[in-house]
This record gives sequence, structure tokens and C-alpha cells, in this order.
Amino acid sequence: MRSERVLSCADVADALPGIVDGSGSADLALRRHVEGCLRCQAELVQHRRLLKTLHHLRTEVLEPAPGLLTEILANLEAAGERGAVRSLLSGRRGAYLGGLAAATAAGAAAGAIVLANRARKRVRLAS
Amino acid sequence: MKAPLEQSEPSGQDRLVEAAQAGDRDAFDELVRATYADTYTLAYRLTGDEEDARDVVQEAYLRAYRGLKRFRGDAQFSTWMYRITANCASTFLAKRTRHRHEELVDDAVLADGRPEVDPESMAEAQLLRDRVSDALHDLAPGLRAVVVLRDVYDLPHEAIATELGISEAAAKVRLHRARKKLRERLFPISGEESARAV
Repeated sequence: MRSERVLSCADVADALPGIVDGSGSADLALRRHVEGCLRCQAELVQHRRLLKTLHHLRTEVLEPAPGLLTEILANLEAAGERGAVRSLLSGRRGAYLGGLAAATAAGAAAGAIVLANRARKRVRLAS
Repeated sequence: MKAPLEQSEPSGQDRLVEAAQAGDRDAFDELVRATYADTYTLAYRLTGDEEDARDVVQEAYLRAYRGLKRFRGDAQFSTWMYRITANCASTFLAKRTRHRHEELVDDAVLADGRPEVDPESMAEAQLLRDRVSDALHDLAPGLRAVVVLRDVYDLPHEAIATELGISEAAAKVRLHRARKKLRERLFPISGEESARAV
């Protein structure tokens, strides 16, 4: 015959918050202990009250000091303007770099044509 | 009287998010108007300081504005803002070099959205909420952040760990410690029980 595990209040204490918030489970030994222990029952009630109160704080919204909304919107406005300037500048830089690349490619192509023509002339003269 | 974000009309907020993502600045301003008090409340609960909370809120909205295109809408805008605010507050508190004396002074006005019920039980519940707020204020910032995000704002452990830059296991340990400290503060154990705890 298996003897049932006997728990002390200290063994149970750490498990109580988890039982209240549903993240932990109570096995038979723990349930038996709590059912027969007024201290642990009281502690369980305290955890319940604490979690309920913490959860209820969610419904309380603090009233910020006047001016916060204006500050946030002004900051966003400034950030938006900075972003617009940055994208404009990066756009111009892109156009400049693109033009430079196109000019380089065109120059290289022209050079290649000249060199090819010269080579063709040399071949004709040699023959 | 103000209502928290999740109790406001979600479809209206979804439309604003879509418009803001398409580049409508007015729509984003409208989102800010609808959510800033709630965001401020979270920032205040995390930092425990009115000025710090203002700075955190400013930074949170800037980050939200810049990252709005990345918001996929699989969570509520409010939850997304909570995560950004938690991250900003964590960064802010880590950077803060000077130590601030954290007094138990709460001069912010609280607005309670609950309907009228039995005045006596309401007063008792309000008293307990005030005591919990004070106890939260006295917790170390690292413990306070975890218990506020988990037990007040219902964020999952994983999200809390990500935004605070800690492991999920560390977040759980902090939560356990924070709850223990709060309970001990709110319901002081009697001499007999403290003997048991030793």
C-alpha cells in the first residue's frame, strides 16, 4: 500500500500563486493539505485578493498632466518633417549616384567602342 | 472618466491603424489621442515617476510611428503599444544613471470606470487598490515591471521577457518574487506565521 506524500505549509506556499492564476496545478497531496490547513487557505485568499486587485488596476487610467498630448503630437510632427527631409536628401543622393553610374557606364561603353574600332583598323592594315 | 484602450471600439481603431499605415498622419494623431492616457498610465506604473513616464511615452509614440508599417494587426494596437512602452521604459530605466528618491507620493488623479456599487465595499476595494499601487511603487523597477505587465496588463511571459531583455525563466522568477513581496507588504504575517516561515 502506497503512503500518501505529506506536505508542510512551506512546501505549499510557493505553489499557491500559480494555483490562483491558473498557471500551476494542485495535485492530490497539495489539495488535501490546503483543505485541512486554515493558514494555507488564508494565504490562498490573500493571493486571490492581490491578483484580483492587480487586475483591477487595469481599469484605472491616470490623468496625465496637461500638455502631454500637445508635446507628443509636436514631437511626431517634427519627426515626420525630419523623415521627409531625410528621404528627400536620400532621393537626391540616389539620383546623383545614379547619374554618376550612368555616366561612368556610358564612358566605359564609348571607350570600348573606340578600342574595338582601333583594333579592327589595325587588323585591316596588317592584312 | 476614461476607459482603458481595450474597452474602446476596436473596429474604429483598426480603421485608424490601416489609414495611418497608408501614410495618413491625421489618423495616427487620432490613435495617439485615443491611447495616450492609457500608455501614460502604463509608463507611470513602470517608472514610478511622472516625468520619466512622460519621456517614456514620447519615445514610445515615436517608435510606434516609425515602426507602424511593421505592425501586422495580429494583436490589438493597445497590446502593441504596451510592448513598445515596456521596452522603452526598460531602456530608460537601464540608462538612468542618477538615483532618484522614490517617494510614496501619488498626486496623479485616478479615474475609476466602475459603475456605482455598494459604497462601503467600493471604498474598501479602492483602499486596497491604493495600497497595492503604493506597494508596487516601492518595488524594485525590475520586479515592478514584470508584475505590472503580467498581472495588470496580462502580457504573456514570452512578450515580457522579450521587451525587458531577459529570459522567460528570469521573468517567471521575478514575478514570483514580486508577488511574494506584495503579499507580504499587504497582508503582513503574524508572529506565529513568521516563525513558520523561518
